[in-house]
Amino acid sequence: MKIWLPLDSFALAVGGEEVAGAILAEAGKRGVAVSLTRNGSRGMAWLEPLVEVEVSGVRHAFGPMQPADVPALFDDLAAHPKALGPTEDLDWMKGQTRLTFARVGVTDPLSLAEYRAHGGLAGLDRALTMQKAQIVQEVTDSGLRGRGGAGFPTGIKWKTVSEASADRKYIVCNADEGDSATFADRMLMEGDPFCLIEGMAIAGLATGATKGFVYIRSEYPVAIRIMRRAVEIAREAGILGAAFDMEIRVGAGAYVCGEETSLLNSLEGKRGVVRAKPPLPALEGFMGRPTVVNNVISLASVPVILAKGAAYYKDFGLGRSRGTIPLQIAGNVKYGGLYETAFGLTLGEIVDKIAGGCFTDRPVKAVQVGGPLGAYFPRALFDTPFGYEEFAAKDGLIGHAGLTLFDDSADMLAMARFAMEFCAIESCGKCTPCRIGAVRGVETLDRLAAGDTGAIPLITDLCNTMKAGSLCALGGFTPYPVMSALTHFPDDFVRTKEAAE
Amino acid sequence: MLDSHAQTDRIAEILEAHLGLEGPLLPILHAIQEAFGHVPDTAIPQIAAALTLSKAEVHGVISFYHDFREKPAGRHVLKLCRAEACQAAFGDSVADRAKQKLGIDWHETTPDGAVTLEPVFCLGLCACGPAAMVGDRLVGMLTPKKVEKLIDEVLK
Repeated sequence: MKIWLPLDSFALAVGGEEVAGAILAEAGKRGVAVSLTRNGSRGMAWLEPLVEVEVSGVRHAFGPMQPADVPALFDDLAAHPKALGPTEDLDWMKGQTRLTFARVGVTDPLSLAEYRAHGGLAGLDRALTMQKAQIVQEVTDSGLRGRGGAGFPTGIKWKTVSEASADRKYIVCNADEGDSATFADRMLMEGDPFCLIEGMAIAGLATGATKGFVYIRSEYPVAIRIMRRAVEIAREAGILGAAFDMEIRVGAGAYVCGEETSLLNSLEGKRGVVRAKPPLPALEGFMGRPTVVNNVISLASVPVILAKGAAYYKDFGLGRSRGTIPLQIAGNVKYGGLYETAFGLTLGEIVDKIAGGCFTDRPVKAVQVGGPLGAYFPRALFDTPFGYEEFAAKDGLIGHAGLTLFDDSADMLAMARFAMEFCAIESCGKCTPCRIGAVRGVETLDRLAAGDTGAIPLITDLCNTMKAGSLCALGGFTPYPVMSALTHFPDDFVRTKEAAE
Repeated sequence: MLDSHAQTDRIAEILEAHLGLEGPLLPILHAIQEAFGHVPDTAIPQIAAALTLSKAEVHGVISFYHDFREKPAGRHVLKLCRAEACQAAFGDSVADRAKQKLGIDWHETTPDGAVTLEPVFCLGLCACGPAAMVGDRLVGMLTPKKVEKLIDEVLK
């Protein structure tokens, strides 16, 4: 009997380990031989722990599973109360275009044989037959843009590093996925770690870098454990070694280290303070050497681009947003999780059709797109197509493609205040608009909450200063949630003095 | 608790094991914290000497990061997510109940030294929030009732 049960954090957080124990115990009791594979998550968080059982060569899904549901798995499967049918036939799975996440939830994350059998290493094999410049050109032609949030063309960054001359060059993977509503990096590292390793090895070939680092946040213990083991396995198999080797490093709970220059300082063992640019990290990065700093999803998208060609990848998407994007749907949501699709769906299609609205069954009031530094979108803007330029045109951003749904009980003034409070806690302190501005922002919003509407021009002015004068996106983008909340939900900001008291 | 000689020896071992790394300070601090539960003040001169840094530089790094403790925490550390997605899923009510049950506020430890309560900004469990972490154990879909149960389990 072949069974799969995720070792992904989603499954573990809702009792996955207990279900795994129950499966093995029940199999032992009944004397049934079971092969239990711990896979990544299929991304349907509301169905976790999601157990799959093979029935005549097809994987059938059961979830959300509790230990009490386990014995029935060994009886008539069709009559199981948690039976969902073949996994691939579920609406959530059928609607997706899984390129980067093709293997996540399908294979055993730490089986190199399964990785290869499902198309893994084809990209690296092809890259090994190409010249450096050809690999860079292929990535440029694919239209891949940084999936960490900034959307900078990956191929151009690689070209700069490739053409720089230095005694050593580095590939640094930014896995400091600190934005609320984002978990794509975590799921990829937990569910298909070799894909990231392959992407980094290809980046090494393209740029002449010989050493790679993955900087993973300490809040991701499962991803850290799996990535460390995967690196060992890749080294034993000769995928990593003298030509290109890599190390897993762990962050220490500083949100700002998701900013690339702050991350580099942290990796060097310094305070995670932001560096002024120029010099660009591509020319003077880790230890002053040319360094590619890319997000997990950017690097993990490279193997499929090399394996299937730039044109194949570029065919998906709209405008200047090419390829696919793993949407991460979170917060007060009925059907939350990871949904990889081509750019171009409207926000409304994502929120109403895919996510099914709020779990409270109340109206969706606002959706924050792009993490803590992203704007709050009201229903009036739900016709916005999901793309970098399209969201920028509505004073928002797609960031790392996280979406947080809020129902009509949300207090947008409180959310605006939280954005400023978070910025104040996490500011690295290097530039004044962020360090001081965030503290003044909290105070000003408290004045508003106390009924002083005279504070509105002040918060607007402060946001302009932070936006224009901050060194990095932390201070520079905190105005997005604040101003979007104020602009789209003005009623929440007008409080009578009596009500406030 | 180790005596001071044992501490010095253990830190020397940790330093020795990490000195070959490029940018070894964070891995060193993580290893020391794992060994002692915090980064003792008395370790700073030893680290500084090994890395040819000033004591102020080492202190500056320790104090920059939320993870590094200058004093030991309680026997269990309960981290509750306070980020937006968990707030949208009513994480505030979970946090309020936890504080009430433990009788402490953020960053405090219960008088018996059993539990330290800390905020965390995102555990990557945003589609099954509100989320928490106890040690390395992850917990999702919390409610005020479930967090009480979780605390009872931890205290057992």
